[in-house]
Amino acid sequence: MAALLEIKDLSAAAEDKQILSGVSMSIGEGETHVLMGHNGAGKSTLGLCIMGSPEYTVTGGRIFFDGEDITELSPDKRAKAGIFLSFQTPVEIAGITLSEFLRNALEQVTGRRMKLWDFKKKLKAAMELLDMDTAYADRDLNVGFSGGEKKKAEILQLLILSPRLAILDETDSGLDIDAVRTVSKGIEEYKKATNGTLLIITHNAKILEALEVDRTHILSAGTNADEGGGELALKVLEQGFENYKGKVEA
Amino acid sequence: MKEKTQVDDIDRSLYDFRYDEDESEFFDSGISDDIIRAISDEKNDTDWMREFRLRSLAIYERTKMTDWGPSIEGLDLDNIVTYIRQSSRMNTDWESVPEDIKDTFERLGIPQAERESLAGVGAQYDSELVYHNVRKEVAESGVVYTDLESAMHDPAYADMIREHFMKLVPPTDHKFAALHGAVWSGGSFVYVPRGVKLDIPLQSYFRLNAKGAGQFEHTLIILEDNSSLHFIEGCSAPKYYEAGLHAGCVELFVGKNAKLRYSTIENWSKNMYNLNTKRALVEEGGKVEWVSGSFGSHVSYLYPTSILNGRGATAEFTGITFAGAGQNLDTGAKIIHNAPDTSSYINTKSISKSGGISTFRSAVTVAKKAEGSRSSVSCESLMLDDISRSDTIPVMDIRTDKADIGHEAKIGRISDEAVFYLTSRGLDEESARAMIVRGFADNVSKELPLEYAMEMNNLIGLEMKGSIG
Repeated sequence: MAALLEIKDLSAAAEDKQILSGVSMSIGEGETHVLMGHNGAGKSTLGLCIMGSPEYTVTGGRIFFDGEDITELSPDKRAKAGIFLSFQTPVEIAGITLSEFLRNALEQVTGRRMKLWDFKKKLKAAMELLDMDTAYADRDLNVGFSGGEKKKAEILQLLILSPRLAILDETDSGLDIDAVRTVSKGIEEYKKATNGTLLIITHNAKILEALEVDRTHILSAGTNADEGGGELALKVLEQGFENYKGKVEA
Repeated sequence: MKEKTQVDDIDRSLYDFRYDEDESEFFDSGISDDIIRAISDEKNDTDWMREFRLRSLAIYERTKMTDWGPSIEGLDLDNIVTYIRQSSRMNTDWESVPEDIKDTFERLGIPQAERESLAGVGAQYDSELVYHNVRKEVAESGVVYTDLESAMHDPAYADMIREHFMKLVPPTDHKFAALHGAVWSGGSFVYVPRGVKLDIPLQSYFRLNAKGAGQFEHTLIILEDNSSLHFIEGCSAPKYYEAGLHAGCVELFVGKNAKLRYSTIENWSKNMYNLNTKRALVEEGGKVEWVSGSFGSHVSYLYPTSILNGRGATAEFTGITFAGAGQNLDTGAKIIHNAPDTSSYINTKSISKSGGISTFRSAVTVAKKAEGSRSSVSCESLMLDDISRSDTIPVMDIRTDKADIGHEAKIGRISDEAVFYLTSRGLDEESARAMIVRGFADNVSKELPLEYAMEMNNLIGLEMKGSIG
């Protein structure tokens, strides 16, 4: 089976600083992959490059999604193709409510406008699953949300937009145990409802507990340092990245 | 590669249609004693008004041109037609309005708005009101809504008008106030009796159709004690090569515990000089709320002033200014706290793009006797590119220690991060930017009546089209 996401020898720079140097990765439809590495290894950059952040320039390699070369596509076209990135620090947008924004985004990715009533029902159900106060739907997008609520709002967007591939960038960081559990519940629901494909960037074993991890990728200094099955993620969580540092630098 | 779109002038077809005028109805261009006398004859002015016009002309002639704001050099006052005779009289029956004028307002949605959500409507075409109508039940409550000329000849209101006309904005105020005093024509007179509260708005719409003409309407609103009113003003003009001039005047008298909301969406064509003067006098416990959207004109000078003249009087000003290519919009608000325990809140947003200049001026004066007063001024600017400009010029003159004054100004740009966030959810870049701008303007559009909020959102959408370079 052809991979849903295929990254081939990807290099990327921000301004003049080279951050990724020849990363490769292949994720099949419906699989769950974990991306790990010490701080500054390039994990977030890889997520942002897959989404098409203008902050980074691809200096080499290609990204394929569902067989199409998306390396040059604008972020909105990637979103329409079915890619979603949960941001580590979601941006606050004043004057646009979460609900209004999400209904617009849904229209963009599906190409049709959902009836307001149906949308509200769908939104309410997802918010309840995530233990979110439904009043947040009418608040300005992320404005004044606590760190936890922002993360939940990202997962809420994931549930509503149901993309084919979701990249979750430290969606669990800064959350208390209950919130991590709630967020995990949301991710499971996404997986269950849409046979979604996941690329999870994390330092936290908790969020992986309920998920069956198919592959683990270790990044170090902007390149692949190791790859293995789900057990590799757990091993690294126990032992840290010490083993990898020397390996790449050498 | 990112796609680029061409920067085009916005599609103003909704506003830009126009009808040819019968030029025999134009008065000579320029400003002279003869022209003023001719206007006065045409209007069958009372003696005092005729003298008032001539006195204003004398003041106009000796007053220096305004020189502290955006350049108005392109305005040739010798070429402005100050008065255009209307071929028909003022009507209260929509069907009797001449066909081309009727069509103009129908395209702008005026009679439709009246049917749906307004207590009364006035429509001015060039120099004269062409239509005025008030719902029966509103008229029965004693509310008067008519053109100023008719009211001036009505024995019931003649004295009232003489007592209030250009008392808040005297002809000595500035050159264009003097010009207004000399050549004013059309506009509205609204009188709300004591205790009458109108819960649906009155609206007037000003349309300048003729080229090279000036519009000098005068709006006089008097609210007696304990009354309330929402008045909406809309303005537009098609585009001509000759510059047009709008030097209107708005005077609002708000009685004790009365409440007046004055909403404006101004969308003059982008070669108009909009030199408008608006002022409100608020008595004890009264309140004036200004909601102001400035989108059009080449140059604007617009600073609605509120004089808080009685204990506990309040003024709120909520405004948005959007300056695009070739526009220099100088807007703001002035508050004079002239009594104890008065409050003012100024909240404005300005947006500039494609080389547009947007300047926000606020002037808050707190008199020595205005102890216990509070004022809060907040101004946010958004510049959409590197070639546009936004300036904030706050002035405060506080003459008592016992006042609570706050000021906040923010100037920013649309962050790339925010655009990326929205585009990563499927919105294209143009929509993402428009969404951010709409969000920025949201607290103003929230204050507008629904159809105006929609018009403003459409205007922002139009302005944002092709804004990505």
